[in-house]
Amino acid sequence: MAQFPATVAEPGQDSTLVLNMGPQHPSTHGVLRLVLEIDGETVVRVKPEIGFLHTGIEKTCEAKFYQQVVPLTDRIDYLCPLTNNLAYCLAVEKLLGLEIPPKAQWMRVLMNELTRINSHLVWLGTHAMDLGAMTVFLYCFREREDVLRFFEMVSGQRMMTSYFRIGGLALEPPLGFFEKVKKFADRFPGNVDEYEGLLTGNPIFMMRTKGVAHLSAEDAIALGACGPTLRGSGIDIDLRRDAPYSGYENFKFNVPVRTEGDVFARYLCRVQELRESIGMVQQALAGMPEGPVKADAPKVVLPDREKMKTQMEALIYHFKIITEGFTVPAGEVYQAIESPRGEMGYYVVSDGTAKPYRVHMRGPSYANLQTLAKMCEGQLIADVVAAIGSIDVVLGDIDR
Amino acid sequence: MALAPAITDIEQLKAHPALGRLVGWNASVVQAVKFDREELTIWIEKDAIREVCAILRDSPDCPFNYLCDLTCVDWYPSEPRFEVVYHLLSIAKKERVRLKVRLDGSSPAIESVTSVWPSANHYEREVFDLFGVRFSGHPNLTRIMMPDDWEGHPLRKDYPVEGYR
Repeated sequence: MAQFPATVAEPGQDSTLVLNMGPQHPSTHGVLRLVLEIDGETVVRVKPEIGFLHTGIEKTCEAKFYQQVVPLTDRIDYLCPLTNNLAYCLAVEKLLGLEIPPKAQWMRVLMNELTRINSHLVWLGTHAMDLGAMTVFLYCFREREDVLRFFEMVSGQRMMTSYFRIGGLALEPPLGFFEKVKKFADRFPGNVDEYEGLLTGNPIFMMRTKGVAHLSAEDAIALGACGPTLRGSGIDIDLRRDAPYSGYENFKFNVPVRTEGDVFARYLCRVQELRESIGMVQQALAGMPEGPVKADAPKVVLPDREKMKTQMEALIYHFKIITEGFTVPAGEVYQAIESPRGEMGYYVVSDGTAKPYRVHMRGPSYANLQTLAKMCEGQLIADVVAAIGSIDVVLGDIDR
Repeated sequence: MALAPAITDIEQLKAHPALGRLVGWNASVVQAVKFDREELTIWIEKDAIREVCAILRDSPDCPFNYLCDLTCVDWYPSEPRFEVVYHLLSIAKKERVRLKVRLDGSSPAIESVTSVWPSANHYEREVFDLFGVRFSGHPNLTRIMMPDDWEGHPLRKDYPVEGYR
């Protein structure tokens, strides 16, 4: 039997092999290409290559009216469209100095937490499937279907919702919506128990995740990790609690933090977040205020259909907003919110016209991707798959 | 909710930990300040940006240890044309600050902050790719979004939205 070298080679030496992974690889969760430099089964260096999905959304935004940008934001992080809608709307509302009625704020929180559940379910299903647990995937997508139906109920779309608009919501939620969500929210903790029963104590899953792809707290901050990746390394930060927006200060929830910094820690953080999110959905349902879902700002918010067809003034405003947009006072705003993947920041610059001068999206996946190289160094090739799954990248968010 | 007028007086804003720290260290690096819509912006002297970032990161009272975002705004055709924008966050104190550096349009270049935060790596590559701003001292300043042989920098304002045809 041949002797294997006891020590791992340095990068760039003759004894290493360069292996291409992706962009068409099932476990890279999109079009991510990794150039792996390996020594035997051990990864010496990882270089992510991105840009395959670059569509120039930031440039497109500069050519649209403020309200026309909302549907573009859906397409950035396509697993949490409502979170993108919210970040953009909050940024523009801050620029305008617009106040949002309480019902719209609570609906935004409710929909955002459902979005987080939706996104985490896709992550959990695919992550478990990457590691060989097929059943979880089917269970997760069963519940995800329910959440997508809720999105369809309120907005008519399953994924590209554009439900939040500048100044409030697009529509009132339909009759029977809250009852259906309530039914789901009562059932869902049992479903999470089901997933955990399949994974949390599972020896195979633990062997594949415990101690794998370790990231220390110092590295996590220096490399710009955010969200569950940062919390899995022991940093206690959650923008919903630390910098509340859209009425999150009215909600009670815990921020799960783990100190181990490995794949299993990030898994535990996210699964616990599922439970916290459904708790917030329950709170939002119980305390949902009555009232309008749009701000009282006729020059910014489109009038109701009914009013538009019966009142002259409403018709004029409608015509003006659609054809000329509305002007936004000059200035700039960086609005950060907690997306399922971490800090999602929208930097919107206005020059006082009806089109944004510059829109920049700070994507959480883009930040988390930079930690991948550090995580994978010295790990086995099979663990690269676990590491990618654990940072939960969405390539639409990275490439924009 | 009416918008409050912006504050641009350094003396009034000294209570903010980032500005207090910078003025205490070397007041000449601060070109201008603006407090607007609850957010503080500090314009920094171009040559001092790396030092300023390191000073803020290691600030004992309120360490701005996390680089949230790094991007650029093109003010074509006015000069100085580019503004490189840094968003910093203090994880311990939950404070935010925005740093800005103005750059000329002829050959925009600035010192890289990758030695302060390794996370700046991808952000600076993106700004280089889409705006053509060069970062000296960056370990691997190559295109990140566009193909390597692409000509031009798409997010510049003189680059047409539909591209060159």
